[in-house]
Amino acid sequence: MKYVDEFRDPVKAQTLLKEIRQLVEQIDIVKKRPLQIMEVCGGHTHSIFRYGLQEMLPKEVEFVHGPGCPVCVLPMGRVDDCVALAEMPHVIFTTFGDAMRVPGSKKSLLQAKAEGADVRMVYSPLDSLKLAKENPDKEVIFFGLGFETTMPSTALTVLQAEKEGITNFSLFCNHITIIPTIKAILDSPQLKIDGFLGPGHVSMVIGTSPYNFIADHYHKPLVVAGFEPLDVLHSMWMLLKQLAEGRHEVENQYARIVPDQGNSASLGAVEKVFELREFFEWRGLGSIDHSGVRIRKEFAEFDAEVKFPVPNLKIADPKSCQCGEVLKGVIKPKDCKVFGTQCSPETPLGALMVSTEGACAAYYNYGRVQIEPREKTASV
Amino acid sequence: MRDLIEDVFLGAFHNPLLAPLEDQASIDLAKFTSKGDRLAFTTDSFVVSPLFFPGGNIGDLAINGTVNDLAVSGAKPLYLSCGMVLEEGLSVERLREVVTSMRVAADKAEVLIVTGDTKVVERGAADKLFINTAGVGAIPKGINISASNLCIGDKIIVNGFLGDHGCAILLARNELALETDIETDCQPLNDLISTILAVCPEIRSMRDASRGGIATVLNEFAESSDVGIVIDENALPLRETVKGACEILGLDPLYLANEGKLVAVVPADKSDEIISAMREHPAGRDASIIGEVVESPKHTVVMNTAFGGGRIVDVLVGEQLPRIC
Repeated sequence: MKYVDEFRDPVKAQTLLKEIRQLVEQIDIVKKRPLQIMEVCGGHTHSIFRYGLQEMLPKEVEFVHGPGCPVCVLPMGRVDDCVALAEMPHVIFTTFGDAMRVPGSKKSLLQAKAEGADVRMVYSPLDSLKLAKENPDKEVIFFGLGFETTMPSTALTVLQAEKEGITNFSLFCNHITIIPTIKAILDSPQLKIDGFLGPGHVSMVIGTSPYNFIADHYHKPLVVAGFEPLDVLHSMWMLLKQLAEGRHEVENQYARIVPDQGNSASLGAVEKVFELREFFEWRGLGSIDHSGVRIRKEFAEFDAEVKFPVPNLKIADPKSCQCGEVLKGVIKPKDCKVFGTQCSPETPLGALMVSTEGACAAYYNYGRVQIEPREKTASV
Repeated sequence: MRDLIEDVFLGAFHNPLLAPLEDQASIDLAKFTSKGDRLAFTTDSFVVSPLFFPGGNIGDLAINGTVNDLAVSGAKPLYLSCGMVLEEGLSVERLREVVTSMRVAADKAEVLIVTGDTKVVERGAADKLFINTAGVGAIPKGINISASNLCIGDKIIVNGFLGDHGCAILLARNELALETDIETDCQPLNDLISTILAVCPEIRSMRDASRGGIATVLNEFAESSDVGIVIDENALPLRETVKGACEILGLDPLYLANEGKLVAVVPADKSDEIISAMREHPAGRDASIIGEVVESPKHTVVMNTAFGGGRIVDVLVGEQLPRIC
C-alpha cells in the first residue's frame, strides 16, 4: 500500500536504529540520565505502542507521553454539558466516536444513549449537517472536538450551514490549540524535556513556524513527525542528531504532508469562524490561557452554548485519578495508583483510558507486557 | 398468518419433517446415534443491519452461522429451527428473498430446517427482521475439541482472508462514505472441517471467528488453556482492500467479524499436512499457519509486528470506533 508499506520497512528500521545507537553515545546528557523525548500527540503514543518502538530504541531514550489527545483532556464538566444537551427533547447530538465513552460525573454519552438520548456517531461534521437537513423538526448539535487538525472541517461546516440557510444545526465547540499546551509543559517545573516530536496533523494545518519559540526561546529541538513507525524512528534520528551536534531547531520530517507555511485555506476558514477564548479548562492541567476557541458573535446562531442552556460546571476529577500527572508526562500510566485496577478500559475513571490515543489505553491495550524486539534481516 | 407460513416458508423449506406443521418436529434418535455419541446443540440470534449486504443477507448468515457453531465442535450439523420476528411493514418480497437464501444455504450445508415460528410486531418494535435459530448435530465418538486442550508448541491455523465480513457490514451501513468491492465471507465450514478431521482427528480446539474477530477467539483459547499465544503479523492473510479500509478508518482487522473463517489449534507435527489438505478445499484455499502456543506470558496473545517489535493483542472492550484525527 502506497504511503504505508514503504514506511513500515523493517530493514530500514534496523539501519535507523543502528545510527540512533551511535548518535546516543555522542550526547552528553545520557551520561547522567536517560533522554526525555516528549511526543506531544496522542497519535504518536498510539504508534509507539502499536509497533513496539519503545523497546526497539536504546534504553537511554525514554518517551514522555504528552497531552496531545483532545479526548483525554476533556474535563468532566464538559462531558456533563454534552449529556445535558443530548438529553434535551428534539435534539440529535452528534459526536466523534471516542468521546462517547468518556465518563462524566454521572454518565457518559454512551450511557445517556442507552437511556434514550439520541446520540449518534459521525465521521465528519458534514454528516451532522446532512442529518440536520434530513430532520428539520430536530435540533442537530455537533460536538466539535480536537486540536487544529479538526478545526478547519468544523469551520467549513459552519460556513456551509450559513450559506445554505440551515437553522436547526449548531456546534458545541470544544476545539483547543496546541501551542499554549506545549508552552505549559515547557514552563512546568516538574518536567525536564530534552526534545519534542511535533504533532504531524496539527502541523499540516498550522505549518512549522508556530513552534519556533521552542527552539529560539527554550532552546529545545522539535521535529514535526509522521505517524508510521519509520516516520517516528526517522524523526527520533533527526532529534538525536540535533542534540549530538548541539543544535536546537524546528525541523520537518513529515514534509510529504506538512507544508512549512501551513494550509492557508484551512487557516482562513478557522480565522473567519473562531476566536480565542481568554482561558479554557483542561482535564488534569487546569486552566490554560488562550488555549481554546469559541465561535465568533457573527455566527452565534450556530453556537450551541448561546442557543441552549448548558450547566457549565467545573467538576473535580475523582480523588484517585492521576490523569493530570500522566498528561504532563510526570508519571507513566503504569505508575498511576489505579492503572489496571479501578481504572481499566471496561471501567475507565478518566479519558486517557478511553480514547484510542490516550497514553493509558495505549499502555493497557498494547504494552502491559514487556516484549523484546527481534532482529529483522533482509526479507526474501 | 397461515397463508404467510405456507406461501413463504413452507414453499422454501419443504421437507418431510417440516411438512406436518405440528408444534414440534419428530426425529428418529437413530439419526443421531448412527453418527456420534453426543448431541451438539447451539442457538443464535441474528439482528444484523442492513439486512442485505455485499455478498449476502441475514438469511444465509443465520444458516451458516448456526451450522458453523455446530461444526467447530466436530459435529455433523443435522437439523435447524428458525424463529422469525417481523416488523410490521416488512415487504413480503424482501422476506421471500431472505428465505430463499436460507434454503440455498441449508442445501449447501446439507442441513434441514425442521421447525419454526413467526411473529409480527408493530412498527418500531423490531428493526425490520430478527431471526433466531437453534441447531443440533451429532459429535462422532473420539472427537474431543475444546478450548482447554491447547499444548505448548501447537500451531494456530486460519482458513483464509480475515476481516472481510466485518468490513463489508461497516461499509454497507453507508455512514463512512467509502466505496470498495469487499464482500462478506459468509459460508458453511462443515465440509472443510470434515476434511481437517480426516487428516487429524486429534485437533485441539476450533472456533469460528465471528463477533470480535480472531483476536477474541485467541484470547479465549489462551485463557481456557492457561497458556500464551504468539502470532506473526506477516503470516496473517488479509486482502489489500480490507487493509486499506482499516488504515483509513483506524480499525484493527484482528477484531473484525468473520462469517466463514475458523481458528484451529493443531499439533505441530500435523500442521503442514492439515494446511495442504485445507488448501485443496474451496473454503480453505488461503489457509495459513499464523502462530503458535507458548508457555508465557500466560493468558496473553502477543503479535510479532511486521516492523520488528511486539505488542499485545488484547480483548476488545466495547466496539471499535473510527479514529478522530
